[in-house]
Amino acid sequence: MELHEKTTAKYHSLDYEKICASSEFQELLAAKKKFIIFTTVFFLGFALLLPVFAFYSNWLTKPFYGSISWAWLFAFAQFVMTWIICGLYVKKAAVFDEMAAQVLSQAREGRS
Amino acid sequence: MDIKVVSMFLLVVLITLLITFYASRKTNNASSFYTAGGGLKGWQNGFAIAGDFMSASSFLGLIGAIALVGYDGFFLMYGALISYLVVLLLVAEPLRNLGKYTLADMIAERFNSKKIRGVTAFNALTISVFYMLAQLVAAGALFKLLLDINYEVSVILVGLVMLTFVIFGGMTATSWVQITKAFLLLGGTFFIFILVMSKFDFNFIRIFEEMKTATPLSGAYLDPGAKYTNGLDAISLTLGLILGTAGLPHVLSRFLTVPDAKVARKSVVYSIWIIGLFYVMVIFLGFAAARFVGADTIMAANPAGNMAAPLLAEMLGGDTLFAIISAVAFATILAVVAGIVVTGATAFSHDFYNEILKDGKASEAQQVRMARIASIGITIISIFIALFVQNMNVAFLASLALTVAASSNLPVILFTVYWKRFNITGAITGILVGLIGTMALVAVSPNIWNPVPGAALFVGEPLFPLTSPGILSIPLGFLGAYLGTILSSKKEHTGNFQEILVKSNTGSDVKGVNHH
Repeated sequence: MELHEKTTAKYHSLDYEKICASSEFQELLAAKKKFIIFTTVFFLGFALLLPVFAFYSNWLTKPFYGSISWAWLFAFAQFVMTWIICGLYVKKAAVFDEMAAQVLSQAREGRS
Repeated sequence: MDIKVVSMFLLVVLITLLITFYASRKTNNASSFYTAGGGLKGWQNGFAIAGDFMSASSFLGLIGAIALVGYDGFFLMYGALISYLVVLLLVAEPLRNLGKYTLADMIAERFNSKKIRGVTAFNALTISVFYMLAQLVAAGALFKLLLDINYEVSVILVGLVMLTFVIFGGMTATSWVQITKAFLLLGGTFFIFILVMSKFDFNFIRIFEEMKTATPLSGAYLDPGAKYTNGLDAISLTLGLILGTAGLPHVLSRFLTVPDAKVARKSVVYSIWIIGLFYVMVIFLGFAAARFVGADTIMAANPAGNMAAPLLAEMLGGDTLFAIISAVAFATILAVVAGIVVTGATAFSHDFYNEILKDGKASEAQQVRMARIASIGITIISIFIALFVQNMNVAFLASLALTVAASSNLPVILFTVYWKRFNITGAITGILVGLIGTMALVAVSPNIWNPVPGAALFVGEPLFPLTSPGILSIPLGFLGAYLGTILSSKKEHTGNFQEILVKSNTGSDVKGVNHH
């Protein structure tokens, strides 16, 4: 067993500037940016609204069903929201992975 | 001393020693000590991450908080679950693609600077010691309650057992102890959850109905506001929890124990499901403790509510279940403390010793030896401090570590990966402003100052009104990094941003993985 350092010429000779300039890579970045920024703003907002509503409004203490108030519904919604975003990201990331693989294979082909 | 509790504790020690024995045969170079050779599978690392998070303070503390203050206990937990979305979307994959053994590696991949490596490693060590203090103080209190041995002896005992497997088994043993413990903790929680639900006839509506009258708080138990009266404090706490995890060194190092970004992603997904399901059960365990054990009994055993879970277990399954749950809590403390120590030792041995002092030329054997020495050093320092802070609130110590992480590490991590203009000065000012700013705000907060004598360290009006400084200190950290960058010379080196942009997004250069 030995520590495998990828210092072989193959990896070091990647032309990073050229990859950065390529349209495929820029597309990958744009797609990631769009999804990640939108999702992050959404979940941060959704999470921080809980204490905001809890301390600066009254509607959370109103009953939703029987003795279960809106506060508890909103609380459990935090779990559901987290699991859904997690699932959505996994689907999106599979697309990003393919785009990234394409970028790399093109960069390596283009050089040889 | 209860014979059942003692034998269950010994069983836990035996299991960890067995794991250490197997792991030590694989711990033969620096990479395996630091990050288990980058060879963990997705589910393994997922359980280990969840294990790192399901610490004694979340298991004992959260059940106690829900039992005593009802809905407000929820504010202590849900931000932590959501924090894993920050980790998943923004941090885990770039970290795996750029880092080798430590967070400092990732920053240094862009800025090849010893100064930055030193500052990052120093910050990692500081956060680790704070987080470890919280765990040690909790351990001491728990042992005192369960085994009736005094605080000093308990803290030293935990330190010794943990050191054994850290020294011989490094990250491999630590990871497997963590995985095993996560299984035990989930299993134990699920078992009690089923017992509890059968007591309520599996009727969720009825649970809420009964909880309205079951506690001294009566109807207010199910509403927000029983503990927090200041909305800004609750928001600040939540913000710190959401953004803190992504800056905790011992959580970050878990993403360097896997071979690539896909596995890193998979492991976060596992941990999000595990932690979420665990928290749902914790809510109902808290309810059940309030309903069946009663607030008075819980408070009598420990005013902070830390004994709610073991007492509930005792009520449901007698002294055998009590002993099992107590031993699981013990395993939790051991595993979490070990993870922190390995991370701290790696920062010391890899960053300070090998990269800064030896220019990256230390041999594998020298590095492993230095990592072992550092493990002992960090443990001794933490135990020593822990002996003086035993009366500090555990949740406060842990949240302090989280807020420092969110204010100092997170801005620098995000700017390194996502901001082109970012430079070395900005990285250093970001970390220092975040670290010092948080400390300063805490030093003038109600945690330290209280007009009522004896309620806090000093008597007097606090200058800063909130107990959680996150809402101010996190923006300060970002501002520090931003201003440091903008105000420093325009000609200053902004690092190889294009190179790390490619590496971070494609995983073209993953380092520190053992190939067999």
